[in-house]
Amino acid sequence: MTTLQPPVAAEPRPAPPPAKRDRRSWTGWGFLGPFVAVFALVFLAPIVYSIYLSLFRNQLIGGNRFVGLDNYTRALQDDAFWGAVGRVALFLAVQVPLMLGIALLVALALDSGRLYGKSFFRITIFLPYAVPAVVATLMWGFMYGTKYGLVGDINSAFGVTLPDLLSPGWVLASIGNIVTWEFVGYNMLIFYSALRVVPTSLYEAAEIDGAGQWRIIRSIKLPAIRGAIVIATIFSIIGSFQLFNEPSILRPLALNSITTDFTPNFYTYSLSFNGQQHNYSATVAIIMGVITMIVAYAVQLRGMRKEA
Amino acid sequence: MSTSVTASPAKSAAPGLRTPRKKHTPGKPRRNVLLTVLMALMVLYTVVPLIWLVINSTKTQAGLADSGGLWFAHDFALWDNVRDTFTYHDGIFGRWLLNTLLYVGLGAGGATLLAVLGGYALAKFQFPGRRAVFAVVIGAVAVPGTALAVPTFLMFSKMGLTDTPWAVIIPSLVSPFGLYLMWVFAAEAIPTELLEAARMDGASEVRTFFQVALPLLAPGIVTVLLFTTVATWNNYFLPLIMLKDPDWYPLTLGLSAWSSQAQTIGGDVIFNLVITGSLLTILPLIAAFLFLQKYWQSGLAAGSVKE
Repeated sequence: MTTLQPPVAAEPRPAPPPAKRDRRSWTGWGFLGPFVAVFALVFLAPIVYSIYLSLFRNQLIGGNRFVGLDNYTRALQDDAFWGAVGRVALFLAVQVPLMLGIALLVALALDSGRLYGKSFFRITIFLPYAVPAVVATLMWGFMYGTKYGLVGDINSAFGVTLPDLLSPGWVLASIGNIVTWEFVGYNMLIFYSALRVVPTSLYEAAEIDGAGQWRIIRSIKLPAIRGAIVIATIFSIIGSFQLFNEPSILRPLALNSITTDFTPNFYTYSLSFNGQQHNYSATVAIIMGVITMIVAYAVQLRGMRKEA
Repeated sequence: MSTSVTASPAKSAAPGLRTPRKKHTPGKPRRNVLLTVLMALMVLYTVVPLIWLVINSTKTQAGLADSGGLWFAHDFALWDNVRDTFTYHDGIFGRWLLNTLLYVGLGAGGATLLAVLGGYALAKFQFPGRRAVFAVVIGAVAVPGTALAVPTFLMFSKMGLTDTPWAVIIPSLVSPFGLYLMWVFAAEAIPTELLEAARMDGASEVRTFFQVALPLLAPGIVTVLLFTTVATWNNYFLPLIMLKDPDWYPLTLGLSAWSSQAQTIGGDVIFNLVITGSLLTILPLIAAFLFLQKYWQSGLAAGSVKE
C-alpha cells in the first residue's frame, strides 16, 4: 500500500519549492513569528523553569538551596508517586484499548455504508466531545449515586443491589467510563476522517478479486489508517497519564475512594497548591513527562515499524 | 487494476454477505439492520446522560431526591431553575458566562489567528528553521500539561499575572493541534501558482495573504476555531490553578464550586442549579457543532483528501 499516506502523524507534504524565489527567504517567519513567540513563553520557558526548580529545595529557614538531584532520588523512592503511576498505568492498559476499539468499530461501521441514518449516528456519537469534563463528571457522578442517580433507580426497580460505583474498588472503572464516554466520538471522528481518504477504487479492485468485507478491512482499511491509529493512541496515552479533571471533580462525592495522590497529576497539584512543595512538585511533573514521552515514543516506533 | 479473480480469496466473509455481494454494484453496499441496531445501542450510551441532564434540569432540589432519574417529577421547574441559576448569589452565573465568552473570544480567537498565520507560513514558505519548528511543536504536544502547569503558575505569579484573565488567556493562545491542522489544510487548499500570480502582479505578502489565501482557508479556519473554542470553553485545569477570585471564574470552575459547596459545613445544597447550569453550559457548544457541521467536517476532511 505504498500509494497511501497516513493522513495524520506524518509531516504534511512540504510546499513545492517556490520556483525562482530565494529559498532561504525569511518572509515565512513574519507569519510564523507570533505563534513561535507565544509558544516559547507558554511551552518552552516553563519547561526550562521546571528543570531549574527541580534542582532546588525551599527551606523554612535559609530559602532556596541547590540540592542537585536530591528531589529525583526522593521521587524514585516515593510510594505515593509510584502508587499513582501504577493506577494510571492500569487505567491506560484497560481504558485506552477499550475506547479506541469501540471508536474503530464505530468508524468502520460508518464507513461501510451499510447503516441507515449514517450522519445522525456520526454527529450524535461525537457530541459528548462538546461537553466539558466538569459537566460530564458531574452528570455521571449524579447518575452513579444511589440517592438521586440511576444506580439507585435500578436497585429499587429490580430489587437488586448494584455495587457502589464510587467505592474504592470501583471508582477507577467509573472514571474510565466517564473518559470513554467523553472521547469515544472524538477518536471515532479521527478514524472516520482517515478512512474517507482511502480511494474507493481500492475496495472495488479487492471485491473484483473476491475479497470479502473482513478481508478488505484487515488488508486495506486498517493499514491505510495506521497513522491515525498511532496518533490517537499517543494522545490517549498522554491523556491517561495526565488524568486529573475527572477524579478531582468526582472527589467530593467519593472522598474515601479518591485520595489527593490518586493520579500523578493530582499528586503534583496537591504538592504544589496544598503543600507548597513547588520544587518537589516540579520534579514529579518532569519524571512523569519523561515517562509519558518514553511510552508515547515506544508506541510510535512500534506502530510505524510494521510498514510492509 | 487487477483482473485476476483468484488472487486473494476471501478468508471469511460475514454470513449473509457472501451471496448478495456478487449482485450489488461495488460502492453501493446494502444497508444492514443488525449493524444499525448495534449503532443505536452506542447512541443510547451517548445520549442517556444528556437526556438525564435535560430531564433533571426540570426538577426542584426536592424533586431530584424523590423522583426517578430518567423521568420527570411532578413539578416542572425548568424556568424557575433557569431564573434561579442566573440570580443566585447576585447573578454570579452570568458573570461566569461573560468571563467564559471573554476567554473564548480572546483565547480561541487568538489561537486560531496564530495557527492560521503559522500554518500558512509552514505550508507555503521555505525558510530557515522550518523543519526545526515542526520537530519542536510536535515534541511539545507530548509534554504533559502537568509538567507545564506548576512552573507556568509560578512564572505568571512572578509576573503578577495570576488571578487576572491574562493567566487564562495567554496559555490558551497556543494550539499545536490547530497549527498542524492549518498547515495540512493550507498545503492542500492553496495552489502555489495562485500565490505566485498574485506576487507577479505586485501584491505584497500581506495583501496576498488576506486577498488570495484567506478566502481559500475558510473551512479550515472554521474547523480550527471550533476546536480551540471547545478547548477554551471546557478548560478547567488552567483556570483552577491560575484563579482564586470567583469573579474571574469561567463556567466550568463555577459549576464545580457550586457542586462541592454541598460538602462544606453549612453549605447551600443547590444541585438543581448545578444541573441547570450544566445544561446551559453545554447548549451553546452543541448548537455550534450542529449548525456548523458542514463546515467543520469538510474542514477536517479537506486537509487530507487524496486523488
